[in-house]
Amino acid sequence: MESPSRLAGLLRDGRFVVTAELSAVNSANPEATWRRAEVLRGSVDAINCTDNTGAHVHISPLAAAHLLVERGLEPIMQLTVRDRNRLALQADLLGAAALGVRNVVLMSGDDVTAGDHPEARRIYDIDSMQLIEVAAGMRDRGIYLSGRKLEQAPSFFIGAVENPFAPPLEFRPLRLQKKVRAGADFIQTQLVFDVPIFARFMQMVGELGILDKVFIIPSIGIPRSARGARYMRDKVPGLYVPASLVDRLEKTPPTRQADEGVQIAVELVSAVRAIPGVAGVHLIGIKWEEGIVQASEAAGLLPRPTLSPLATIGGRG
Amino acid sequence: MSITERLVLAVEKPLKEAIWGCQMCGQCILHSTGLSCPMRCPKNLRNGPCGGVRANGNCEVYPDKRCVWVDAWEGSRRLPLWRDHIEHLQKPVDWQLQGTSSWINLLNGRDRVAPQGWQPNGKP
Repeated sequence: MESPSRLAGLLRDGRFVVTAELSAVNSANPEATWRRAEVLRGSVDAINCTDNTGAHVHISPLAAAHLLVERGLEPIMQLTVRDRNRLALQADLLGAAALGVRNVVLMSGDDVTAGDHPEARRIYDIDSMQLIEVAAGMRDRGIYLSGRKLEQAPSFFIGAVENPFAPPLEFRPLRLQKKVRAGADFIQTQLVFDVPIFARFMQMVGELGILDKVFIIPSIGIPRSARGARYMRDKVPGLYVPASLVDRLEKTPPTRQADEGVQIAVELVSAVRAIPGVAGVHLIGIKWEEGIVQASEAAGLLPRPTLSPLATIGGRG
Repeated sequence: MSITERLVLAVEKPLKEAIWGCQMCGQCILHSTGLSCPMRCPKNLRNGPCGGVRANGNCEVYPDKRCVWVDAWEGSRRLPLWRDHIEHLQKPVDWQLQGTSSWINLLNGRDRVAPQGWQPNGKP
């Protein structure tokens, strides 16, 4: 029996959703993934399983997503075109569908030079835009990129990413529109620290007239310490961390920095929530699932809604 | 490779390498990318920049080089004819064409051949 995406149901139902990033483990023991994921139960609607994030090797997103499905938690499987060619990508998409994964987020991925295997060969056989179209083809037309038919098509809720803060800023909304045309149902953005730039981005997306075709979910980071904020500023590609934020954490005594980080996240959630077209938030606490729960609670996002079975009918996508 | 293709390549290759840093993908879309070659992007992105572009407009992978898509966007704004082609969805690269003449592939239509399942407008 086909079980549809609960995340899609909530969004189409007009609920303000909360998704979160699960820190991918380096353990062959499934308990390690479950331990971290269980912290998030009840505090978020769906959980992102990252794909060698920052180009550092971790458990595969397909395996992590399946472990979540086993425990009745809803995964969002990230998939990059950095590590797989078009055959492997389609194989993993189909395999994920068979294992009960209903949400995917498709992206280019941080370059290998950002990670712990900088000498690796990067793949980039197809780009993220093309992967979205390929996934949509599998879902909507029941075919592989080659044109060969699937016996049963997957029923994905297709996500993509966008970085509103990376140049060329004026092209970013058009690139998002391109992803929507290719088949993206929802977008998770890069971490938002600079609210005015994000608001301007959302305004430009609104002017393209696509806010009723896609759900946009900005990412909100929960810095645990001044050191963590500095790491994000200096080491993570495409991340723009304002000096004022690092400053604010540095001026906070070390024992209180985690609380201050949660407070920063709460302020950001309330700021982005006021922007038209924002459909939810994606919470990221690096190796800090407890921070996600604290931020979700402090931002007034709890309890998470339950979904009526009828809510998955109709609406966008 | 035919003698004709060799002769064409003898002109095309050095010319396009000198002007655009051509990588000889054999399926040129320069007019859709503001005359900035997308195959110079270390991620081979043909549909726009990745999220890793630095604040100064330089490449995530090569901090001292300008992002080819920042150039592509600015270049596309200056094109009189193909300005909006940067918004077109580009099909996956056909790696079988690597090293062949894109001029010949353009004339005989080979560069427009897409995988059968590539039907961007075929959505219900």
